[in-house]
Amino acid sequence: MKRIALLGMPNTGKSTLFNRISGASARVGNWPGITVDLMSAKILIGGHIAELIDLPGIYDLHGFSDDEQVVRHFLANNAVDLVIVLLNSSQIDRQLSLVLQIKKLNLPAVLALNMADEAKQSGITIDTNSLAKDLQMPVMQISAKYGDGLPKAIQAATQIINQNNPASDPQLISKLLEDDNQIEHEMESLIQHHVQIPATLTDNTTDKIDQILLHKWFGLPIFFAAMFVLFQFIFTAGKPLQDGLAWLLALVRSSLLEPLFTSSPAWLHGLMLDGIYNGVATVAAFVPIIVLFFLVMSMVEDSGYLSRAAFLMDALMAKMGLDGRGFVMMLMGFGCNVPALMGTRIMRSRPMRLLTMLVIPLSLCSARLQVFIFMITALFTAKQAPIILFSLYVMSFFTMFLTAVLFQGRYKNSEPFILELPPYRFPTARQIILRGWQEVKHFLIRASKFIVIGVVLVWALTNFPSNVPPASIGTFAGQIGALFAPLLDPLGINNQLAIALIFGFVAKEIVVGALAVIYGLQGDALMAQMATQIDWVQAMSFMLFTLIYTPCLSTIATLKSESKSSAFMWLSIAWSLALAWVVSFIFYQSARWLGY
Amino acid sequence: MQFLSQLQIGQRAIISAIEAEESLFHRLSALGFRVGKPLRIIRRANFNGPLHVRLGTTDVILRSAEASRIQISALSI
Ligand SMILES: Nc1nc2c(ncn2[C@@H]2O[C@H](COP(=O)(O)OP(=O)(O)O)[C@@H](O)[C@H]2O)c(=O)[nH]1
Repeated sequence: MKRIALLGMPNTGKSTLFNRISGASARVGNWPGITVDLMSAKILIGGHIAELIDLPGIYDLHGFSDDEQVVRHFLANNAVDLVIVLLNSSQIDRQLSLVLQIKKLNLPAVLALNMADEAKQSGITIDTNSLAKDLQMPVMQISAKYGDGLPKAIQAATQIINQNNPASDPQLISKLLEDDNQIEHEMESLIQHHVQIPATLTDNTTDKIDQILLHKWFGLPIFFAAMFVLFQFIFTAGKPLQDGLAWLLALVRSSLLEPLFTSSPAWLHGLMLDGIYNGVATVAAFVPIIVLFFLVMSMVEDSGYLSRAAFLMDALMAKMGLDGRGFVMMLMGFGCNVPALMGTRIMRSRPMRLLTMLVIPLSLCSARLQVFIFMITALFTAKQAPIILFSLYVMSFFTMFLTAVLFQGRYKNSEPFILELPPYRFPTARQIILRGWQEVKHFLIRASKFIVIGVVLVWALTNFPSNVPPASIGTFAGQIGALFAPLLDPLGINNQLAIALIFGFVAKEIVVGALAVIYGLQGDALMAQMATQIDWVQAMSFMLFTLIYTPCLSTIATLKSESKSSAFMWLSIAWSLALAWVVSFIFYQSARWLGY
Repeated sequence: MQFLSQLQIGQRAIISAIEAEESLFHRLSALGFRVGKPLRIIRRANFNGPLHVRLGTTDVILRSAEASRIQISALSI
């Protein structure tokens, strides 16, 4: 099988191109010589099946960041038949160095100059034919986003693949990687001969938008207002969808599943309907909101606004020993903590990476969001709901800042903060949907794996031993709850909620499902039942605890693998549990003391 | 001798020297900071926050600490 590697600087559109070529067939794989996972896909090219690998975005083959090492190790350990080098046409004046570095390694390569559309708007013209001659490799301009020029690029790649030349020799590459220089000069002369860049770029839309969004005083307020509006939108637009789905799921149960299981033994009826179906259906009802959430997040992420947020927040973050990128990772954590933790790889200084990884698990991820929406809908009015939710987001930021401030002495660093500011881009509908779909797929796989196992376990714990009433104090669940009662009673967290919390340690997606199983109810009936059992102070205390304590097993596993330290992982677990307890305790006791 | 961190907003300048350890030097040069390149400062964030610098076709943000490693000669126009 042929092997094709996709290589380029960060933000040149590599993922966009990869997704376009590979369709939806991508998978994550392991590679010799490197410890991280890379995306790859099997594609058909010129009668050969080839494996296309998406390498991490790098500035330089000789840099020192983790990603740069990954690429070096990949090339020094795996034979490749073709390297597709992807550059941003508008920034060819500095990105060309990467091509020259690849050329020095004698790797068979084609050069794809992406974002041809933007370059054209800015008035940059590139003579691809003459550049190809000088570089001695095919050069074409493409637009990965809109698909222009892609057939020609694939054709050029096919030609090289069809020549059936021997693949690269990893050993040789590894030797060659050790020395080079003089690329500087070669680059200058190539640019001078083949590229024309106007002194000032003709397209200044980004400048105009920046004047407002990066305004000295209004920038930050606008940013937070924008975030508030987005969350408001997700909530308002998602509610009817969620209600509709819940209604449908209840209908399936009453008119299809109930009749189906009427004649089966009581335990099977209970396990299938009160256990699995109730649990899974309650979680499934949240899928519309999660979908909306990821659609909106991927739009914000693609637009270039996040780098602006890094710019606006850096001064504040610096006071806490973090930097603007840390803030962006915190925002990414609102989607899911796991990719946000992996995103800290762009930081070179270990102390800063650790400090950032310590705060990320405190960001209110979409799985916790689902628990909160459930609790809020059950115990608060529609008017209060957005305010409560927003206050939880504020609380999330607060705990992150607090953690950073407290631990910054331990993790001192001197990492330089340098970041590229891309122009604003509006993602196409196709991009948003593809991206959103990938996230949702991921969510569903993770959720279904944990949830089914989780709810079955909860069901067993709340239904055995079978000689006592389900979910009563006599069941295993009741006993576990009683065990933790001395710790959780002062927080207003009762036995049932305690069980949900324990399972929430595995994944927050289980919490709501577990509640459904514990109460043996689903949808509106479950919410109504909860409202009679706990009051808003208890609910809030429960939500605060859920917000702050360890998010899920995947996050813990990622913490350990990314930090390569069990001690750090345990520190993170212990700190979040302690903080969760203290915050809930203070909240619950002072609310009660104030007479609520 | 003047450093990038001291440059006024909107003023143009040419990079005359970069004093940085190897890794930072690499990073800067990969983003386009090279001796002889023209640049200018678009804006500064509040509270001594980062600078927004434009080099050719690339916009970069960096802190004053890093900007003070870059020597420049300001252009009068
Ligand atoms: N205008 C334009 N934008 C593009 C093109 N290709 C990718 N983009 C945008 O560039 C941004 C970065 O793309 P991405 O694929 O995430 O880059 P990566 O970091 O290299 O993987 C996204 O907002 C894309 O929508 C293109 O051909 N034209």
